[in-house]
Amino acid sequence: MPTEWTVRAITRAMLPVLLVLTLIELFSGLVLGGFEDTLLRSPSLLVLVPVTIGTAGNLGSVLAARLSTSFHLGTLSFSPRDDELVGNALATVLLALSVFPVIGLGAWLLTDLVGATRLGVTTVFVVAVTAGAVLALLAVLVTLAATFAAYRFGLDPDDVVIPVVTNVCDVLGVLVLLGVVRLFVS
Amino acid sequence: MTVREVAVEAYRETLPALVASLIGGLLAGVVLGGMRAELRAVPGLLVLVPALLATRGNVYGSLGARIATALHQGLIEPRLSEADRRLAAAAAAALANGILASCFAAVAVFAVLSTIGSPVAPLATLVGVALVAGILSGSALTAVVVSVVFAGYRKGHNPDTLVGPVVTTTGDVFGVLFLLAAVRIVLALGGGG
Repeated sequence: MPTEWTVRAITRAMLPVLLVLTLIELFSGLVLGGFEDTLLRSPSLLVLVPVTIGTAGNLGSVLAARLSTSFHLGTLSFSPRDDELVGNALATVLLALSVFPVIGLGAWLLTDLVGATRLGVTTVFVVAVTAGAVLALLAVLVTLAATFAAYRFGLDPDDVVIPVVTNVCDVLGVLVLLGVVRLFVS
Repeated sequence: MTVREVAVEAYRETLPALVASLIGGLLAGVVLGGMRAELRAVPGLLVLVPALLATRGNVYGSLGARIATALHQGLIEPRLSEADRRLAAAAAAALANGILASCFAAVAVFAVLSTIGSPVAPLATLVGVALVAGILSGSALTAVVVSVVFAGYRKGHNPDTLVGPVVTTTGDVFGVLFLLAAVRIVLALGGGG
């Protein structure tokens, strides 16, 4: 049933979920805070933060929306041989492999333009691409798990899966980015 | 459809939106990279950033989806001059919820950082920044979401596919820009850490 269009009704439907999602996002904030010194010293890594979070969230939410639609149309089955499932998962990985190289180069270039680069272009590129590849795989796993859970518990995937997947992928975006930074940046 | 066909279709349909949000994300990153002085001046601000950005996406994405559905169902007209009380209520609810969630995030960040003994700016500073940023970016995003979805719908675009890219792109940029403005305003008013 659609929510009535009053401030009270919309708030009642939205606020509880919003506050829970805010707490989930607090985790990524705390992880970022733990790396504050590294990030403030290397602006090109700081530039990567919003775009990595955003892209990870988008990859997850688009996959979730597509699977939700197939699920509503009754064309989705949870089998490793399901064409919809495998095709959409494959597209997610290919999308990540197409955009993260651009993100790495773009972040370095933009930082260089404002004259603040400290790290080399190769480092920033490798960080972005590695983080992107790992994030694509995680986004697929999280989305499949959330869609399957919604299906098992009889929830509408549109209501639950998309916000949960988007925000969980946001958090994973920060965790993976900073994990990769630790690996490649001393 | 074969796996290949499904993958090609999903890739083609998703890439433009992803590229749009990539541009927004990079611009937001440049602003964030340029506000290192403010991030140092207000300990805890960086911790607040993901929650604030996500709130913009969650609240205004939901507002956009609501307007898109209502346009499809013919419940509202895509013209600001004919905007009715319900549209105003939806916009007011988005603004109120966005500001509430931002302030809640600020209180939560202050509580967690004080508990674990990390350096953190005074509660009033963090809440002040969240409040001012929430009001400024919320007003701007409401205007952008409503006008882009209306204009797109009048030109025959599907509002459902417009909402996602518009909100993710402008949400990140406005989120960080108005965060910077909010920090400067609060610091100028003497709310330094």
